[in-house]
Amino acid sequence: MAEVTLNDVRKVYAGGVEAVKGVSLDIPDGGFCVLVGPSGCGKSTLLRMVAGLETISSGQVAIGGRVVNEIEPAERDIAMVFQNYALYPHMSVYDNIAYGLRNRGTPKDEIDRRVQEAARILAIEPFLQRKPRALSGGQRQRVAMGRAIVRKPQVFLFDEPLSNLDAKLRVQMRVEIKKLQRALGVTSIYVTHDQVEAMTLSDKLVVMSGGQVEQVGTPTEVYRRPETRFVATFIGSPPMNILPGLVDGDGRVSVGGLTLAADDLPAGLEPGRHVDVGVRPEEVEVAPAGAPGAPFAIDFVEELGATELLHGTLGGSPFVLQVNTGAVSPGTKAVTLAIPSRCVHVFDAETGKRLGRAESATARAA
Amino acid sequence: MEKRSLYNNKLLPYLLLAPQLVITLVFFYWPASQAVWMSFRMEDAFGTTTEFVGLENYVSLFQQRAYYESMATTVIFSIAVTFLAMSFSLLLAVMADKQIRGGSVYRTLLIWPYAVAPAIAGVLWLFMFQPSLGMIGRGLISIGVPWNPMLNGDHALLLVILAAAWKQISYNFLFFLAGLQSIPKSLIEAAAIDGARPTRRFWTIVFPMLSPTTFFLLVVNIVYVFFDTFGIIDAITHGGPAKATETLVFKVYQDGRLGGDLGGSAAQSVVLMVIVIALTAIQFRYVERKVTY
Repeated sequence: MAEVTLNDVRKVYAGGVEAVKGVSLDIPDGGFCVLVGPSGCGKSTLLRMVAGLETISSGQVAIGGRVVNEIEPAERDIAMVFQNYALYPHMSVYDNIAYGLRNRGTPKDEIDRRVQEAARILAIEPFLQRKPRALSGGQRQRVAMGRAIVRKPQVFLFDEPLSNLDAKLRVQMRVEIKKLQRALGVTSIYVTHDQVEAMTLSDKLVVMSGGQVEQVGTPTEVYRRPETRFVATFIGSPPMNILPGLVDGDGRVSVGGLTLAADDLPAGLEPGRHVDVGVRPEEVEVAPAGAPGAPFAIDFVEELGATELLHGTLGGSPFVLQVNTGAVSPGTKAVTLAIPSRCVHVFDAETGKRLGRAESATARAA
Repeated sequence: MEKRSLYNNKLLPYLLLAPQLVITLVFFYWPASQAVWMSFRMEDAFGTTTEFVGLENYVSLFQQRAYYESMATTVIFSIAVTFLAMSFSLLLAVMADKQIRGGSVYRTLLIWPYAVAPAIAGVLWLFMFQPSLGMIGRGLISIGVPWNPMLNGDHALLLVILAAAWKQISYNFLFFLAGLQSIPKSLIEAAAIDGARPTRRFWTIVFPMLSPTTFFLLVVNIVYVFFDTFGIIDAITHGGPAKATETLVFKVYQDGRLGGDLGGSAAQSVVLMVIVIALTAIQFRYVERKVTY
């Protein structure tokens, strides 16, 4: 077990494409760090650099205090779970799990003991003699996990390990991975494009875009206080509403003629400055009839069971509102919304950076 | 799930198969049956009459010492050519697979020998290794190697083995390269993380994954060595010196076309056909079992 430290890590491919543009990151011993971002944001490249499968163009990667830039993947004491599992198709499940130990010259009885133990933890004992092709997706996933845990590495690396599974199994395996990581206490780095996976698994969430880190923090911090417009719309489902607006004075913005109070907006900004105003669909409530608030015209409704998504316009811009089913009677065309001032996020219209009062401790965006 | 197409017209499926069937019938079954028929007959010295002699051609064939010698030559020749052609092409394919820049040029150059006609390939090698004219031949003599494939049977056999293997390398190379490229990269990466060094990675992951390709090439190469090397042998040695490079297929030609013994030659070609069918059957029966994963 070890901490992982990335110091200004860059990846420039031959041809000049810069896939990772200087990432610094500290992952504490036993931590579960999730790299999340849209495809092409550099998250997989970053993971593969930690694994040693990609060369590091500049910067340093250290595992347990040892700089590993020039060290072969095999010597880094890591294990990786691949998206397509990468099981050796010509070997039995047992041999797949034992392969890494055999390569390291582990004694035979020790190999057997550890393979059996891993198989017991993952409940794949009945399949040890089967070939991978005779297993289901979830079972293959477990074998891939078994291959990782059997070596007792210092770091687990996961490269979108659940994206080949169906939705139901994904939720189940997600929980199992989290439990397993807790039980073993091994430092883990997990790459995904699924923000639900990212939120539920991580204790350190890293949101990436365009080869850069947008924000680092606990899932709650990132959700509560997104540092950029990108993070605001990427984390959270349905995504945050972004409305074009203007600074209206200290702690106030105006959106299409509506004035909204924003707690976090710093004082002293020039009125009339262009900003993007963000409001989460689930943080807005429908005001009682006659109460003051923002008028919202409903176009159509999406029913999700427990909740409903109301699509419409607010201050002349498209807006989505999430309410409990039944909170708005069917056929309603217009309601008034109560938008709490603590839930109004303001971003610079040009840079997309948050206009916030105090620089938060999590605002370590590169 | 059953995959079946339904045709309304009962004739259509036969019609669609007909071109392939006609070609097989005309160019394989008909000549093959002719050969079997001829192997039971004997022709007089002038080729005017033939008579049915039963198994006499076969009996005299298996009483010839020369036939067993030819068989031994063929065994050495086929093992050497198959082994050389397959191992060397695998080596080249592994290197080409690693090559990223200039890979297509490298590949194209390696594919060329396949486009060269066997006789031309034979002449090419003959020129290079000719003891008094060839660059390599003269070079060998100048460094003190008593090289002479025109007189020394072992040298001649070595030369035809090299030429025949060289000719087949391109074909094997293409298949090995395609096989290598179809191995998922993540498997190799997983093995690297699992602590396998490149050599071990090759023998424990890459080579087993290639086994279907290897098996296919083994069958194709053996058929190649038995039949298609005729042109190379004919161009380089004519089966000589002193029948040292006379393989079974060359003996068929030698005895039938040059020796005028059509019945005996037909018997030989029937035996040859049986040998190749048996070899292929054995390979499918025993080797293929080990290649599935």
